[in-house]
Amino acid sequence: MNEQRRLVLKAGSSLSLLALAYSSGLLRPGAAFAADWNKAAFEGKNLDEVMKAFGGSAPAESKAIEITAPDIAENGAVVPVTIESKLDKTESIALLVEKNPSALSAQFDIPAGTDPYAMVRVKMGQTSNLIALVKAGGKYFFATKEVKVTLGGCGG
Amino acid sequence: MADPMKIRANLQADGKVLVKVLMSHTMETGQRKDSGGKLVPAHYIQSVTVTHNDKTVLSAQWGPAVSKNPFLGFRFSGGKKGDKLIVKWVDNKGETRTDEAAIG
Repeated sequence: MNEQRRLVLKAGSSLSLLALAYSSGLLRPGAAFAADWNKAAFEGKNLDEVMKAFGGSAPAESKAIEITAPDIAENGAVVPVTIESKLDKTESIALLVEKNPSALSAQFDIPAGTDPYAMVRVKMGQTSNLIALVKAGGKYFFATKEVKVTLGGCGG
Repeated sequence: MADPMKIRANLQADGKVLVKVLMSHTMETGQRKDSGGKLVPAHYIQSVTVTHNDKTVLSAQWGPAVSKNPFLGFRFSGGKKGDKLIVKWVDNKGETRTDEAAIG
């Protein structure tokens, strides 16, 4: 992610620092195709693993994050989700589906001038909690909403 | 080459621009089997970037759980009617597509 890049850039040509970054897992070999794609985060099975990949501490539950999604999704292949954060200095919004094979579905970086608001459609394998994970002012917050799925979306 | 994206960018009454993008992509998870019982290799969009006047107004990273033919919606401030908006995606096979639209 960007922060990691900045860190590595700061380290500059100092090999020892680079080696340190490498050994501590900041630089992941075989990173995905899209330059900044956070492979570890997208392979995380649950919120804890995703948080570890983001490098953040445990998130706090927040009422200032609003998830709009159907209570019952007839078709798990297309579940429309809207996330809106009312937290100050929201930097990024991530959407996790707790019971999907990999929890993290999508992550949005919110630059200054862009509303902390994102709409996306995701697949849900089964009835599960949606987790909206918001990074605001350097801290992580989350909110959950359960969506009942009558027809799973991951078997095609 | 994937089909073009459908991009709508509308100036709202509050002065913000509401952007809606519909992309054309199979978003294959890599977990689905075809009729012969073989796994269909994963093929999905990993990153999406939207720029307005050379400024990134949204960047997203996606996993295979985003639905087929993905939809993306967001709002940003500072756009004017007629301004150009550029949307680009890159998928896990390195394929990419860039489309643009004017704010209306």
